[in-house]
Amino acid sequence: MVFGLVVNEGPYQHQASDTAYQFARAALTTGHEILRVFFYHDGVYNGTRLTVAPQDDRAVTERWSALSEEYSLDLVLCVAAAHRRGILDEAERRRNSKDAENLAPGFRISGIGQLVEAAILADRLVVFGD
Amino acid sequence: MVTLHTVNKTPFERGSLASCLKYAACGAVVLLIEDGVYAAVTGSEGAKLLATRAHEIRICVLGPDLEARGIGAARLMAGLEIVDYEQFVVLATQCERVQSWL
Amino acid sequence: MVSGYRKGREVVVKRLLYVNRRPPHGTIYGHEGLEVLFTGAVFDQLVTVLFLDDGVYQLVRDQDPSALGLKNYAKGFRALEELGVEAICVAKDDLATRGLVPEDLALPAALVSREEITALMESHDVILSF
Repeated sequence: MVFGLVVNEGPYQHQASDTAYQFARAALTTGHEILRVFFYHDGVYNGTRLTVAPQDDRAVTERWSALSEEYSLDLVLCVAAAHRRGILDEAERRRNSKDAENLAPGFRISGIGQLVEAAILADRLVVFGD
Repeated sequence: MVTLHTVNKTPFERGSLASCLKYAACGAVVLLIEDGVYAAVTGSEGAKLLATRAHEIRICVLGPDLEARGIGAARLMAGLEIVDYEQFVVLATQCERVQSWL
Repeated sequence: MVSGYRKGREVVVKRLLYVNRRPPHGTIYGHEGLEVLFTGAVFDQLVTVLFLDDGVYQLVRDQDPSALGLKNYAKGFRALEELGVEAICVAKDDLATRGLVPEDLALPAALVSREEITALMESHDVILSF
């Protein structure tokens, strides 16, 4: 089965990103596909490269990056939500004349259309939030 | 095919469990996750809410969330199924859609 | 009549249910949820929008958040009909328990009962919750 996942909250503040990650891992290791993980609202904070994970706790962003690399998982941050919260890739940095980009490895920034497309094309859409 | 409903908050913090139980169709699957698992504790207000529909819906609880919160199986109301993340995935495939009550 | 979303040779039409359960302005969920609705319109699917629980507050007329410096995003709901949304539904019970009547709403909406809401959820392919 093909899943689309939506993560609506940032790392550590809520359990949403953790639950989504565990679900994603369980789905992928049992042979299912994940079309996309779409990060919306504060969920875009999962995609900043600048987090410093506590030494005695899980590294939420790095964990998503590693899963993306292991399974070629499409991790998408909503561009509008990312703008509001200060997560930029190089293209958005230049386009908006900012002095830094901070996108974490394995993530890309794209439009809300990617969420709707996932809702249409996946067999199941699962939303993780607060 | 039925709907899988997930509830992730205690019934004291939010009305999401009450809303879920109000609208879930007969035969639906309700999966308690994250803070939602507290509703499964026997004798609690959440368990009383769940009991109102327990005869016609399937109630599951995410085991890792119970363990994280120190809730042993012996403290749960009767008739629940404890599932892990792989079974969460299976439930999502067996149901026709997933409704997250946030 | 919707034309659906073309992916390769296939045209996909799904029934999407957008569920709004939170009040406006106190959090961004309603605002960013509306942005998904607007963007999603180009995908030409069968869309129903449901306002449930505190979500009914989003449709209250004459909102003016200017003194707060907030965007009056909720006036965008008036454009829903032009987006080709199949139905705009409001939970009858939730209006009543909040001391609201249909005349308090900014646009005409179908008042739906508990049974009708259950039927809506059971009859849509995908549920997006905001």
